Amino acid sequence: MKKIGNQTFQIKDDVFVRDTFTIAGKKEGEGPIGNCFDIIVDDDLWGEDSWEKCELKFQKEAAKSLMQKNNLMEKDIDLLIAGDLLNQITSSSFAARDLQLPYIGVYGACSTMALSMGLGALMIDGGFASNVICVTSSHFCSAERQYRLPLEMGGQRHMSAQWTVTGSSAVWLSNGGFGPKIKNVTFGKITDLGVKDANNMGAAMAPAAYDSLSQHIADTKIKYDLIVTGDLGTVGKSIVNKMFNEENNSIEDIYDDCGTIIFDLEKQDVHAGGSGCGCSATVFGGFLYKKLLNKEINKLLFTSTGALHSPTATLQGESIPGIAHCVGIEM
Amino acid sequence: MKYDKNSYKQVVNEYTPKNKMLRNCVYAFIFGGAICLLGEVIKNIFMNNFGTPEQDASTISSVVLIAITALLTGLGWFDKLSKIAGAGTAVPITGFANAVVSPALEFKREGFILGTASNIFKLAGPVLLFGYFASFIVGILSLMFK
Amino acid sequence: MNYVMSFVVGGIICVLGQIVIDTFKKNNAYLLVLLVVTGTFLGYFGIYDKIIEIGHSGATVPLLGFGHALAEGAVEEAAAKGFMGALSGGVKKTAPGVAAALIFGYIVSIVFNPKGNK
Repeated sequence: MKKIGNQTFQIKDDVFVRDTFTIAGKKEGEGPIGNCFDIIVDDDLWGEDSWEKCELKFQKEAAKSLMQKNNLMEKDIDLLIAGDLLNQITSSSFAARDLQLPYIGVYGACSTMALSMGLGALMIDGGFASNVICVTSSHFCSAERQYRLPLEMGGQRHMSAQWTVTGSSAVWLSNGGFGPKIKNVTFGKITDLGVKDANNMGAAMAPAAYDSLSQHIADTKIKYDLIVTGDLGTVGKSIVNKMFNEENNSIEDIYDDCGTIIFDLEKQDVHAGGSGCGCSATVFGGFLYKKLLNKEINKLLFTSTGALHSPTATLQGESIPGIAHCVGIEM
Repeated sequence: MKYDKNSYKQVVNEYTPKNKMLRNCVYAFIFGGAICLLGEVIKNIFMNNFGTPEQDASTISSVVLIAITALLTGLGWFDKLSKIAGAGTAVPITGFANAVVSPALEFKREGFILGTASNIFKLAGPVLLFGYFASFIVGILSLMFK
Repeated sequence: MNYVMSFVVGGIICVLGQIVIDTFKKNNAYLLVLLVVTGTFLGYFGIYDKIIEIGHSGATVPLLGFGHALAEGAVEEAAAKGFMGALSGGVKKTAPGVAAALIFGYIVSIVFNPKGNK
């Protein structure tokens, strides 16, 4: 068994995070980590004729550029694992149509980046694949359209609402080479404490994040340099801190959240922070991965969080289920 | 986990930032008042310059406000305005017009029949349904209690 | 004086709407429905006529005024034509506004393209 503790899979062989390629939108480019992204797209259509088509171009270009940058041919890649927020994960599947790689589409809402990296690591450790590309994306306009209201509809965003990140990141996992290694993967349980407010996703996801994080830490007993969650924003982040503090196991000094890293919350008018599949993806690919390479951090616990929210279910009175997946990475 | 749905609700309430209601109300008053003032100005222009009767001038004034809203929505300015104004733009007839125009514009990429045309009532449909229904009830009431 | 009263009454109605938005945190569609239905019944009971006398456009421009027009139309037509009037009166009276919104909406959707990031 490669399983330790209750829920954690230990990766025994080397699984390197070899490289990343990150594309982000204009607002993300203007944020505090804007200089970490490989490409910044100023226009919300990027030459396409709809936001959905633009989002799939984000994914396609991220994967293609990653392959070109590393001289990877199609035959070198054993598997593409991809996901996004839209119905039928169209951005991923339609991008995969052009990429012509063996493809698994996954849906984990905003938790998709850690989910696909975890799955990729298991595939490589299991000996089924040597090289895996994981890619996820989100686009403010396409997400807003699907989950909320038309963009031209006037209205005020609530203070607890979050801003969907426009961006995509592709990550190359390989069984050979150098770089940070994925060591432990914990797939989370669905945790739902009854939050129904779609304008307060951070609060809906925080219990799931706490559950997966505490499980991962209990299973592995590793002292991490940095723990990041995907897109809890200010509300979810402070609730997670409160929960750990109550267990006398404070992580406050080493804990941050991608949703609060990617935007300047004061100046960029995003209220509680960033969200979306692209949030943890671009922050990992652009920012955290470089910190690992530069050895500014050696042990990173990367946890993407997802609100498995459906507008239909919400209208039917359902609450919002949350999930969080942890990927422990060491340099 | 030591929380259940009830105890977590209290945590969420404690940590969720409140909307800035006072500030929003001030803006709603200023913008909403200004839009109504504009309506009165348009009405008076038609009454004084074209001799339109007050009832008709009032209707014309609404139509003009609707046209202005449609244009601002198309230009992408209306949502920026209402981000500040809040109910100040939502409560006047401009809010209704925006609710009609915005889905029509947004869904044009799905085609004019099944995109624009079938979504144009997406937000206005409820208003018209319950408005018409209420007016029918009122009509019947007026027949019963003359 | 009419201008001042339009501004003040219109502003007050909008503030009430803002309180509803910030308290209940519901989709704007709920607010619009609430306004129209409230306006219709205030119109029927003759309360809204008094508000219009004070506020002029400050009372007719908000959606409550749309509801008032619905009630006025239904009552007038019902008196003249009975049941059929109750059915058509409100629709007839408010038809210019609805038609304008639909037609301008369609024209705008032809001329403009949706704008993205706010």
